[in-house]
Amino acid sequence: MDSRVSDPAVRTPLDSTATTGLKIVVVGGFGVGKTSLVGSVSEISPLSTEEIMTQAGVGVDDIGKVRDKRTTTVAFDFGRITIGPEHVLYLFGAPGQERFWFLWDQLFAGSLGAVVLVDTRRLEDSWYAIDRLEHHGMPFVVAVNRFEDRGPSLAQVRDALSLSPDVPLLDCDARQRESCKLVLITLVRHLTRLSEHSP
Amino acid sequence: MSRRPLDDENPDRLYTVTGGRGDAGDLDLDLVTLVVAEFEPAAGMQSEHVRILELSRRPIAVVELAAELRLPVSVVKILIGDLLDTGRLSLRRPSAPPSGKTRLPDMEILKQVLIGLESL
Repeated sequence: MDSRVSDPAVRTPLDSTATTGLKIVVVGGFGVGKTSLVGSVSEISPLSTEEIMTQAGVGVDDIGKVRDKRTTTVAFDFGRITIGPEHVLYLFGAPGQERFWFLWDQLFAGSLGAVVLVDTRRLEDSWYAIDRLEHHGMPFVVAVNRFEDRGPSLAQVRDALSLSPDVPLLDCDARQRESCKLVLITLVRHLTRLSEHSP
Repeated sequence: MSRRPLDDENPDRLYTVTGGRGDAGDLDLDLVTLVVAEFEPAAGMQSEHVRILELSRRPIAVVELAAELRLPVSVVKILIGDLLDTGRLSLRRPSAPPSGKTRLPDMEILKQVLIGLESL
């Protein structure tokens, strides 16, 4: 899980017509391949940035408190895809552990939806994220990053994660652009279906 | 999650960068809010302000500025607020503002995102 830092000199700027940033969040446990997925489809090398949090896991709303040595930072990666003259889609890789919940609020606010990336060897890493997404009514799809051909079937994964039948679940290879494209397309089609069926 | 330089950051430096101010006031800046410079940096400006104006000659998202400046997002929001206040920086506004506070995204935007992803 390397975090490449792009050279500002070669970072491609957005079109001068760009007005609107959109968000999709990729959430998953440590080492599950979030940065790989973001990097596979991003038009820039994934960038890493930080937000301040206290040791208690509470967001800092007063920078004056940064003087308190108990504050620390949480890093997250992101990439971007230019969608058209006005729209830019940002993809965020978010750590799935419970102690990062404050970061989630910032990442998920106004986002289109989420991809939960899971490793079948550590399914339990996804429980908290899925629970939280369902609680917030945030639409999501679940993508299984297959590190090897063996492992449980999708039906077994669905069962182990107690996923409702209407949550899309698919295999992916986070290193492959086409595979990651399909994950995102599956999410957007899912969002479209939900929008169509909403009153 | 591997690069964590700010863990070793001196909190006093972050405090100094923002002049000790605590928050970005009423500003409702999202991570993906796009900003654009209206003016070139002026002589005597704080180096972080200069850097933001240089990076935002073309539209750029708040989170990209934070990454380039290697400062926490909340600190960068305060710095952006300073530049918005003085009119050196402005927010990009969507031509059609999102309709209300609906949970689900606009169909037209979803359609465009789908087309954009399919043509990747």
